[in-house]
Amino acid sequence: MLKVDNINVYYGKIHALKDVSLEVHPGEIVALIGANGAGKSTTLKTISGLLRSKTGSINFMDENISHTEAYKLVSKGMAHVPEGRHVFLQMTVLENLELGAYTSGKYVKEGIQNVFNRFPRLKHRKNQIAGTLSGGEQQMLAMGRALMSRPKLIMMDEPSMGLAPILVEQIFDIIRDLHESGTTILLVEQNAEMALRIADRAYVLESGRIKLSGTGAELAQSDEIKKAYLGG
Amino acid sequence: MTFVSNLINGISLGSVYAIIALGYTMVYGIAKMLNFAHGDVIMVGAYASYCTMIYLNWHPLLSILFSIVVCTILGVVIEAFAYKPLRRAGSLAVLITAIGVSYLLQNAALLIWGSTPKIFTSVVNIKPLSLFGGKLTITAESIVTVAACVLIMIGLTLFTQKTKMGKAMRAVSEDKDAAELMGVNVNTTISTTFAIGSALAAVAGVLLCSAYPTLVPTTGSMPGIKAFTAAVFGGIGSIPGTMLGGILLGIIEIFSKSYISTSLSDAIVFAVLIIVLLVKPTGILGKKVTEKV
Ligand SMILES: Nc1ncnc2c1ncn2[C@@H]1O[C@H](COP(=O)(O)OP(=O)(O)OP(=O)(O)O)[C@@H](O)[C@H]1O
Ligand SMILES: [Mg+2]
Repeated sequence: MLKVDNINVYYGKIHALKDVSLEVHPGEIVALIGANGAGKSTTLKTISGLLRSKTGSINFMDENISHTEAYKLVSKGMAHVPEGRHVFLQMTVLENLELGAYTSGKYVKEGIQNVFNRFPRLKHRKNQIAGTLSGGEQQMLAMGRALMSRPKLIMMDEPSMGLAPILVEQIFDIIRDLHESGTTILLVEQNAEMALRIADRAYVLESGRIKLSGTGAELAQSDEIKKAYLGG
Repeated sequence: MTFVSNLINGISLGSVYAIIALGYTMVYGIAKMLNFAHGDVIMVGAYASYCTMIYLNWHPLLSILFSIVVCTILGVVIEAFAYKPLRRAGSLAVLITAIGVSYLLQNAALLIWGSTPKIFTSVVNIKPLSLFGGKLTITAESIVTVAACVLIMIGLTLFTQKTKMGKAMRAVSEDKDAAELMGVNVNTTISTTFAIGSALAAVAGVLLCSAYPTLVPTTGSMPGIKAFTAAVFGGIGSIPGTMLGGILLGIIEIFSKSYISTSLSDAIVFAVLIIVLLVKPTGILGKKVTEKV
C-alpha cells in the first residue's frame, strides 16, 4: 500500500533522513519508533507531502506520489494525524470534523455520526471551541478529524504524547479498533512498549537511518531494543 | 448640529477605512503578510471606474463592477507573481516586495494617467438628505458608504462562518499545514483571499473618490496606511474588530480636523493608535495570537 524507497530529506543543511526505506501492506499496523530527533515526524511529513525528499521515491496505492501536493493525497486515501494534534483551536469540534471531510463532502453527516460513536466524549462537546478541550479530547478530535476523510491509510504521530496512562490505554484501544475495522495504520510512537505490542511490524529509526526492522514481537524481544527503548 | 454632522462624516470616512482595512485583515489573517500594495489597488480601482465613466460613458454601477473585476484580477496577479514565490521566504523579504509592488503600481499609474489630478464624478447621484429644516444635511455618499460597509461586513462574516471556502480560510489562517492535511489547497485559498480583499479595495476606491474626488496616482497610499492602522487598532485578523477600528479612526480624524487642527489630524490619529497598542497590543477586539513553535 505504501512503499518508501531510499528517501533523503534535508532541513537546509541538516540531513534529517538518510536512505530511509519502509513499507506498509494493506491491513497492517506498522510502528515507527525511535528516540527524540530520530526523524520520525520528518518521515511522516515527507510521506504526506508536507516535506519533499531530495532523492528516492514514495509510492502509495501503486502511484508515485513523491511530487504530489499534500492536499491531493487526502482524496487518494491518506490521512496524517500530526504530532501535537494541530486541531483548529479557534473552531468548534463540529467545524473541525467538517474540515476533516473537506474532500469527501457527501459523507459529512454519516462521518460525524461514526466519529461520535467512536468518541462519545466529543459528541457532548460538539459546539465547544477546540481550544477549550482537554489534551485527550484534542487527540480524539485530531483522530476523528482524520477519519472524516475515510482514509485507507492513517498515519499517527505520537498519539499518546502527554496523556495520562488511562487515556493512553484508551487511545491504543481505539487504534486497535480502527485496525480491526480495516484501516491500515502507520504509527509513530515514543512509547515503544505499547507500540510494539499492537504492531504487526516495526521499524526503528536512529539519527535519520532505519536501524532495525522486524515483527513487533521480534523487536520487543531484541536486546538492543530492550536496552535502548524498553528500559532494560 | 456641527457635532452630529461631524460624527456622520467621521462614520462615513471610517466606513471607507473599514472596507479597506478588511482587505488588510483578511490577507494578514490568512497569508500572514502585510500587503502594502493594497492601498494602490484602491487607486487602480478608482481610475478604472473613472475611465469607464468619463471616456466610455458607462453607467456608474457598471463602472463599479468593471473596477471590481479589474482589482480582483490585479490582486490575484500580484499574489501569483510577487508573493507566491516568496511563500517560504522571511517576512522581511515579503514586506520589501510589497513595498516594491506599491511603487510599481503608483509609477505605472503615473505613466498612464499622469500627475494631473482627475476629478472623480461621484457614482452616487442622489440628492443629499436634509433634516431639521436644512440644519443637518447628510450626503447620499455618506449613506451609501455606511450601508456598503455594513453589508460587506455581514457578507464577510457569513462567508467565513458558513461557507466551505470560508471555513477553509479560517483553517488556513490558524494552521496552514493542518489545513493542507485536511485536503485544503492552501495556494488557492490564499489567492481567493487576495481576490476578495482586492474586490473590496475597488469598492473602497470608488466610494472614497466619490466623497473626496481628487484622483492622483498616490490617492490610495494615505488611506491605505490609515486603514492598515485601523486594522491594527481594532485587532488585525478580526472582522468586527477591523470594522470598529476603521470607523473609530474615521471619527477621530474628522473630530481632530474640526476641533483641534487640520494639519495635526493625522498625527493625532497615529498617537491614538500608539496609545491603544501600548494598553492592548492586540488591538481593541484582537484575539491573542497563539504562536506555535
Ligand atoms: N523545521 C526544522 N528545521 C530544522 N531542523 C529540523 C526541523 N524539524 C526537525 N528538524 C531536525 O530534524 C531531525 C529529526 O526531527 P523529527 O522531528 O523528525 O524527529 P522525531 O523523531 O519526530 O522526534 P520527536 O520524538 O522528538 O518528535 C532533528 O534533528 C531535528 O532537530
Ligand atoms: Mg516527532
